[in-house]
Amino acid sequence: MKDTVSEINPRKDWMGLMAKAPQGRVAALLDAEISRPAFTWLRAPELGSTMVRAGATGAAFNLGEMTITRCALTLDTGEVGHSYIQGRQKADAEAAALVDALMQTEMASRLRETVLKPLQAEMVTAKAARAAKAAATKVDFFTMTRGED
Amino acid sequence: MYVAVKGGERAIQNAHAWLAEERRGPTDIAELGITQIREQLSLAVNRVMAEGSLYDPDLAALAIKQARGDLIEAIFLIRAYRTTLPRFGASEPVDTGIMACDRRISATFKDLPGGQVLGPTFDYTHRLLDFKLAADGEAPNAPSREPETGNVPHVTEFLNREGLIEEVPHDDTPPPDLTREPLEMPADRALRLQALTRADEGFTLGLAYSTQRGYGRNHAFVGELRIGSVPVEMDIPELGFSVEIGEVILTECETVNQFTGSKTEPPQFTRGYGLVFGQTERKAISMALVDRALRWEELGEDNVGAPAQDAEFVLYHADNIQATGFLEHIKLPHYVDFQSELELVRKLRHEAGAQQVQEAAE
Amino acid sequence: MQANTLSGGFTKPAAQSAHAFRRVLEAMARPGTIQDIEGAAPPAPMSPAMGAVLLTLCDTETPVYLAGDMDCEAVRTWLAFHTGAPFVGPAHCMFAVGSWDALAPLAVYPIGTSEYPDRSATLIVERSELSVKGATLTGPGIKGQTTLSVPDVDAFQTNRKLFPLGLDFILTSGARLAALPRSTKVS
Repeated sequence: MKDTVSEINPRKDWMGLMAKAPQGRVAALLDAEISRPAFTWLRAPELGSTMVRAGATGAAFNLGEMTITRCALTLDTGEVGHSYIQGRQKADAEAAALVDALMQTEMASRLRETVLKPLQAEMVTAKAARAAKAAATKVDFFTMTRGED
Repeated sequence: MYVAVKGGERAIQNAHAWLAEERRGPTDIAELGITQIREQLSLAVNRVMAEGSLYDPDLAALAIKQARGDLIEAIFLIRAYRTTLPRFGASEPVDTGIMACDRRISATFKDLPGGQVLGPTFDYTHRLLDFKLAADGEAPNAPSREPETGNVPHVTEFLNREGLIEEVPHDDTPPPDLTREPLEMPADRALRLQALTRADEGFTLGLAYSTQRGYGRNHAFVGELRIGSVPVEMDIPELGFSVEIGEVILTECETVNQFTGSKTEPPQFTRGYGLVFGQTERKAISMALVDRALRWEELGEDNVGAPAQDAEFVLYHADNIQATGFLEHIKLPHYVDFQSELELVRKLRHEAGAQQVQEAAE
Repeated sequence: MQANTLSGGFTKPAAQSAHAFRRVLEAMARPGTIQDIEGAAPPAPMSPAMGAVLLTLCDTETPVYLAGDMDCEAVRTWLAFHTGAPFVGPAHCMFAVGSWDALAPLAVYPIGTSEYPDRSATLIVERSELSVKGATLTGPGIKGQTTLSVPDVDAFQTNRKLFPLGLDFILTSGARLAALPRSTKVS
C-alpha cells in the first residue's frame, strides 16, 4: 500500500489520500488553516456509484458497486479542482476539490504541511494500530515432540 | 371474467403505521442508532453489503434498522437504492496482493511467509453464551505487537512456482455485468463469480456443503483465507490518470483442490475462488467450493449429476432477491385465478362423480 | 486543464436532462418535427443541440464515435468530463457524432441483431441548417406525410430496408433537432 506522497504524480497521491480520509476531516483541517476562497461549480457534488472490479487471480469480474461522491470546481484564479471520494459525503467532496484546486496555487506548500501531512500521519497511525492488533494474533508454532525416535 | 375491485387502502396505511410502531418497539427502550448498527452488528452489515452488491456501511446499517433486522429485506432495500445511483465508471481490478490483512490463514502450509494471522475470529471460541455481555459498559482492549511490514504473498504463488497448480491467465478486459445484461447460459467465469459473490449466503453454504458430502466432491483445502482492506482505484477520464477513490474490506478464499487429471488436463492442483465484500468468510469459502464444482466441464471431469455442478440451477437460483420476489408474490391476492381453479376442480369432481354412478349402475 | 473546456454542462442536471430527454423523445416519436433543445454550451464545432443530446443520452456505458473534426481535444475533454463516455471506432459505438460526410460510410455502424435490434448505433448528424422543406417522410408517428431537409435520400432508403435492424438518426443544427428513426420512409 502506498502511504507516501510520491514525486511522480503528487496530485494522484493527494486526491487518493483525501478520498480515504474520515468524514469531515479534510474540511476541519482546511478550515483551521484558511478561510475558503470563492469558487464556481463546474459540477456540483453528486452521488453515484462505481463498479468495483476484482482481478487479482484470473480474469477480471464485477464484484459489486460502492457509493462515491464527486464534484469539480474552479477558483476565481482559474485553477480547477476535482474530487472523487468514497461514500455519500457532499461536504467532504467539496472540501477535497477545494484543496485539490488550492494545491495548484502558491498555497500548495502551506496546505501540504497543514492538511495533507497531518491527514497522512493520522492514516498511517490508524493503519499501524490495526496491523499491530493483527500481528498480536499471529500464531507462533513450536514443536512439542517429534514422531521419529 | 375479470372483476376489478378496490379497497384496502386504509388497511394498508394502517398496516404500515403499525409496522413502523413495531419496528421502534417500546419507547421506554433506547432507539438503535445507525452508527451502533454499523459498528456493533458489523457482520450483518457486511452481509447486506455483499448480497446487496453495494459497499456502503451506513446505508446497509440503515437498511437493517428499517427492515427490523430481516437481512433479506435489508438486501432488497439496498438493491432498490442501488438502481437509483448513476454509475460513474468501474474501478481498476483491486489487488488483494496488497491487502492490509486483519486475518490470513492457510490450511495447507503451516509456516508460510507472513504467518498465520488469526484476526478477530470466532474460531476457537467455545460457543458458550457470554452473560457478561448482557451487562453494559464493557470496553475490551486487544493487545498489540509490532507488525511486519510489506505485502503478504498469496499461498497459491508458492504452488505456482513449482507448476503444481493450474495457471489462471490474467486478463483485464472489461467483464460482462449481469446487472446490465441479463444472465445468459453458458455463463463464463466472470459472470459465474459475479453471480456467486452476490448470492444468498445460505444457498451457497448449502451447495458447498453438498459437495463436501459427496454430491460433486472436489476435495477442497483452504489454501488461503484473507480478510482486510484494499484500496480501490478508478480511472478519471477528465484527469487522464487513475486515483484511489476509497478502500473496501474484502474476504478472499482460494481453495486448492486435489485433481488426478483428466483427458484434457494433467494431474495438478486446481483452484476454486471466492471474493466477497466485507468480513464474510463463511460465504467466501462457500463461494470458492461452488466455483470449483461448477468448473467440472472445463477441467474435463465427469458430470455426476450433482446440484452444485449444474450452472443453470445454481446461478439462476442463487439470488435471494429474485427468489424472495417470486416466492412471496404468491401470498398476494390471486382471487380471480383461484376462483377459476376452484371452478375447474368442482367440475372435475362432478364429472368423476357422475362416471362412478354410471359405473356402479352397469 | 482549463475551466472553459469543462464548463457548459447542464447547470441543473436533473431538470434540464429531463427536458432535453423529452425533446429527443418528441423528435423520435414524431419524425420530421423540429424541436428546440437547450441547456448545453459545448466547445466548437459541436452545436448546443448536439451537446444537449449527448449530455442527456450518454454515460460511461455508451461508447461514442467522434467523426471528422468532432474528434478534437476540446470536444473529447468536454464529453469525458460531463458524460464519461468512452471513445471508440465506428464499428463499436452506440452513438456517432459528426457531419454527414464525416460519418460516411454508414455500412460500418452496428445495426443490431435479430434478437436485440436495439443494439444498434444512433447517428447524431450536425447540419448547417434544418428546415421542414425537403424530402417526403411517411411512417409511424407521421400523420399522412411530412417533409424535412435530409442529407441523402438514398442512404435512408437503404437503411429502411434493414428494418427491424438499422440505424436511427438525430439531426442537429444550432439549438434545434429533428429525428429520423429507422421506421421512417424517406422519398
